[in-house]
Amino acid sequence: MSFLLQNLAILPILVPLVAGAVMIPIDDQSRHLKAAIGLASALGLAVIGVLLVLRADMAVEGAAAITVYRLGDWPAMFGIVLVVDRLSAVMVLLTAVLGLASLTFSLARWQRMGAHFDALFQFQLMGLNGAFLTGDLFNLFVFFEVLLAASYGLALHGSGVARVKAGLHYIAINLAASLLFLIGVSLIYGVAGTLSMADLAARIPTMSDAYRPLLEAGAAILAVAFFIKAAAWPVGFWLVPTYAAASPPAAAILSMMSKVGVYALLRLSLLLFDDEAGLSADFGDTWLLIGGVVTVGFGAISVLATQDLPRLAGACVLISSGTLLAAIGAGEIPVLGGALYYLVSSVLATGALFLLIELLERGRDVGADVLAVTMEAFGDGEDEEEEDPEDMEIVIPGTLAILGTCFLGCALVLSGLPPLSGFLGKFALLSGALNPTGTDAGSTPPFSGWALLIVLILSGFATVLAMMRAGIRNLWATADREVPRVGVVEIVPILFLLALTVALTVQAGPAMRFMDDASKSLHHPRDYVRDVLIPEGR
Amino acid sequence: MELILAVSIGVLAGSGVWLLMRPRTFQVIIGLSLLSYAVNLFIFSMGRFPVGAPPVLEPGTAGDPASMADPVPQALVLTAIVIGFATTALFLVVLLASRGLTGGDHVDGKGGGA
Repeated sequence: MSFLLQNLAILPILVPLVAGAVMIPIDDQSRHLKAAIGLASALGLAVIGVLLVLRADMAVEGAAAITVYRLGDWPAMFGIVLVVDRLSAVMVLLTAVLGLASLTFSLARWQRMGAHFDALFQFQLMGLNGAFLTGDLFNLFVFFEVLLAASYGLALHGSGVARVKAGLHYIAINLAASLLFLIGVSLIYGVAGTLSMADLAARIPTMSDAYRPLLEAGAAILAVAFFIKAAAWPVGFWLVPTYAAASPPAAAILSMMSKVGVYALLRLSLLLFDDEAGLSADFGDTWLLIGGVVTVGFGAISVLATQDLPRLAGACVLISSGTLLAAIGAGEIPVLGGALYYLVSSVLATGALFLLIELLERGRDVGADVLAVTMEAFGDGEDEEEEDPEDMEIVIPGTLAILGTCFLGCALVLSGLPPLSGFLGKFALLSGALNPTGTDAGSTPPFSGWALLIVLILSGFATVLAMMRAGIRNLWATADREVPRVGVVEIVPILFLLALTVALTVQAGPAMRFMDDASKSLHHPRDYVRDVLIPEGR
Repeated sequence: MELILAVSIGVLAGSGVWLLMRPRTFQVIIGLSLLSYAVNLFIFSMGRFPVGAPPVLEPGTAGDPASMADPVPQALVLTAIVIGFATTALFLVVLLASRGLTGGDHVDGKGGGA
């Protein structure tokens, strides 16, 4: 047990890797076995996530409690490290929770829609966790590729014309973005001579001015790659069609994936270009703010413009990405604390919304078309008849009432209305943005505060309108539809995710304290640099 | 040497970007391949150009870093090539699926008879 605890930091990568690898040779017929392995791995990840969060929160006198895991015990300059601080720990936990929910949801029917869904799903989890934990730029690239490769498979899961068409664009854009990533990484290496994030942060303040423009160019190219992954305007047009076309469990976990870009920007801009970075201090913050604000604006317009539900959820992901980017760009400690809280609640809600939408659409013919095509393309319609998923399920009563309540919950969180956690997150974010020095009288709100205030309120309003319209159209004006048959397995993950946002609301005090601590340690990256570069006990 | 490398990276990247903008999936995939060649050469060039210098130390000697090639960009290029190869292969599969489903090779699925 103590051996496991010692190596806790690498388990979020190893567990899904092993689980996914074990599943590949298992025949697609033995789905129960695969489902059991997948669920066990996701549950294990959730437990590990909780342990990591607890450990990261054992702060000593406000200092960042950072666990550094040295692979092969090489010193940080030569070897690759995994670093667990509060931010990485909470992202790993969030990934595990979302993974658990969408995996459970997929058991009802989506798991059967194509080959190797479970294995791809595990690799997706592995890539996400690796990207959150790594402390090395090139390793970040490798984990990005792992999660992207898995996401290509997941986005196409179930096949069909719409998915292949959207997937083609998605893959082409992400391959191009990966090339930008490589250019940025190699430029930074060529100038700084290191790829370890901590070592880079230590070298930047003393870097000679002749190299600085090249370094900043490299960082900017890298940032463009992350902007593409985070779907910021004007490089984020791929997101809505891809997510709308993807199968719901895949879309739910993909909504976590767009946050990886946000995470990387957050980590690198605060670590490399903090206040002590000499001439490069706060490099790119203005661009993050502008990019974020414009993305929120674009997201708000697309929320209003969309007609169908999956695209609406995709537009909500855009708004959430934009809000986070703008909050990072605003660069204040309390803003970021609120933004992290907002991140957690918005990821939970968009995940729940993607799952919920499939249930709402089921009563209509739209989903049926796709399913018919899928069955044809895979040609395994015969297998399905012997165990028709819906006959095995216990169908829940009062379907529409439950679905409607869930939809209301998602709408409240995403638009930021009280009483749920979306409101608290936005409130904390705005209060930090308008009073950066605390709530004393006489401080004038900075420009970034006003910008954030305007776009957040307007985008929230647009989301309310769009959600209301969608709710009326899908839940009230339903004369010509039959009530969808919804299994327990399908509604439980949605309720679970929404219950978590409620828990986040009830326990807002501790949660917000945790996020504020995370934000503080992110704004004082010298602790991170010291902990990574100086090996303990030597 | 620098000039040759710079020109070849430029030509590869330029052709790659042009092909990437084309409407046929085959052109896009060739464009991506050319771009990835350009990027691989670029990563390689970040290790500077010590001609004929070995990247690995002789056993038993301390070695002089000035007379050595930097092994890290070489390792990075190797990784980038492997990953690029795998993702290109994956893209090729999707391309074929798209061809099969839409009957054309337009990137937006148009032009069924083409």
